[in-house]
Amino acid sequence: MDILVLLKMVPDVVEELQVDASGKALDTEFLRMILSEQDAHALEQALLLKERQGARVTVLAREAPEVDQALYEALAKGADRAVRIQAADGGAGTRPAATQFAQVIAGDPVFRGADLILTGTQANDDLDGLLAPLVAHELGLPFLGIVVSVSIDAAGGSATAVREYPGGVRGEFSVALPAVVGIQAAEKSPRYVPVAKVRAVMKSASIGKVEASGIFGQAMPQIEVLEMAKPAAAGKAAMVEGPIEAVAVKLTDILSERGLL
Amino acid sequence: MTGAIWVVAEQWRGRISPITFEALALGREVADALGAPMHAVLMGHQAAPLAERLGKAAKVLYLDHPLLAEPDPGTYAEALWPLAKDREPVCIVAPLTNVTLGFGTLLAAKLGAPAANFCRDLRVSGGMIQSRCVMYGGKMESLVTAAGRPFVVGLWPGSRPIDQGMAAGAPPLEEVPVQLPELKRVGLRRYIEPEAGDVDITQQDVLVAVGRGIQAKENLEIAERVAELLGGAVCGSRPVIDQGWLPLSRQVGKSGMTVKPKLYLALGISGAPEHVEGMKDSALIIAVNTDAQAPIFQLAHYGVVADVLDMMPALEEAIGKRKQVGSHA
Repeated sequence: MDILVLLKMVPDVVEELQVDASGKALDTEFLRMILSEQDAHALEQALLLKERQGARVTVLAREAPEVDQALYEALAKGADRAVRIQAADGGAGTRPAATQFAQVIAGDPVFRGADLILTGTQANDDLDGLLAPLVAHELGLPFLGIVVSVSIDAAGGSATAVREYPGGVRGEFSVALPAVVGIQAAEKSPRYVPVAKVRAVMKSASIGKVEASGIFGQAMPQIEVLEMAKPAAAGKAAMVEGPIEAVAVKLTDILSERGLL
Repeated sequence: MTGAIWVVAEQWRGRISPITFEALALGREVADALGAPMHAVLMGHQAAPLAERLGKAAKVLYLDHPLLAEPDPGTYAEALWPLAKDREPVCIVAPLTNVTLGFGTLLAAKLGAPAANFCRDLRVSGGMIQSRCVMYGGKMESLVTAAGRPFVVGLWPGSRPIDQGMAAGAPPLEEVPVQLPELKRVGLRRYIEPEAGDVDITQQDVLVAVGRGIQAKENLEIAERVAELLGGAVCGSRPVIDQGWLPLSRQVGKSGMTVKPKLYLALGISGAPEHVEGMKDSALIIAVNTDAQAPIFQLAHYGVVADVLDMMPALEEAIGKRKQVGSHA
């Protein structure tokens, strides 16, 4: 059983985000890039499958700031192999990224033979499409998203996956393998890995590199970003300020006035 | 002649999803601005009667096939793309919900057409359709356009009031033949209904909602006490549920419940669009978060920039005192 996990670096939205001089993109100067949260869940799901049913887990990511850190962390957590795609400037956006992932997967016998390709259901910068269905489309594989648990069926040719619907409803699916599955949340929270272990892995293991062929991004149907801005807050909150005790009293006043106490 | 605007209706378990009416409202605005017709697309199996609810559209294109009985995004895209190729609509508005997530992306990919996700608003400027899209967990918005056709737009809930997309009278129905390959490689075995929780949060007047900001399960206790003082219940955003700190029945948002309480006290919740979707219509929203830029403050009526671990005890004390005074008055 070979599991391929596609990882993507995204801006950390906990940090303050600023628009750059073009007015169309984020200012990268102070941007902190982190592994997309749902991709961390996809990795965790792969590691859970490895532990439960046996699998070889390969993580694959495009060149991006901080990506090596994320790849070493994945190795420290238990991934068997980490590979970085070189020269990722195939155009911004998720569609060029998906095309590049698909080309790299199709061009490598091990990747191509993966039984299961996992990645996050969505990322915070998926403006022009979602990665999992795009990769599935390019590789001609089935896709299932919003998944919260996966297990490989005994015969090995299919998986059982549970996905979410609105209102707390879930659906249990049979998925023919190979398939691309978009993970919403792993069965358990992503595991913690101590810094010391990551450092040790950085000394003992290495990240594989694969060159992307340069043909992506050419006939890509593009969207044009006209502007990027912080949302014009329609009904921006009235901010209650002061020492915490005074704020608590003010909030209590508001609740009283509204008949909520 | 300008091609039509298509609005893909979302139907699930025999009902038209609310997002469909938002999409119809928005589609109507765009169609009127372009002087183009708006057509609704309904896919399903023996689902034609649902078309009667799509009165806002000039016509309903209906695709019926046994494999369309469940709204699988791949099957939907497979069924619709040949028709879109043939009829060349200018824009296809596709709901982006936890029912059909991935459908718009797949449809655009099959058509080789441009796509924009997380659309919160559509407008027409200089004859071009522009989509305002939510980015980076709600912290930014991008205004995008596309020269290619059709422009496939994944619509995020909350763009227009649902009433605006409703109109009396059943529109004419055109049933379109569907060709689908026999092989269905992703198959629904069964639905798993949510376990009834101890509390139905959709029925509560007051909800104290906790997010990542509460940091540890132990801190739920004080949230519970605040909720008790207010005669309400505690609910949570996804990270709290994923941690197992609260049961699934207490989740608010895209995958969880949609609530409309009189008071929604959001503690340590950033206000990611997935969460906002489930609570945006609350009568009074008070938000407490350490991040002054948190998107929850765009929506809240009152906001406090503070650590919820400081705010909760202060609030418990203040409310407790007030209630004491009230009971002696």
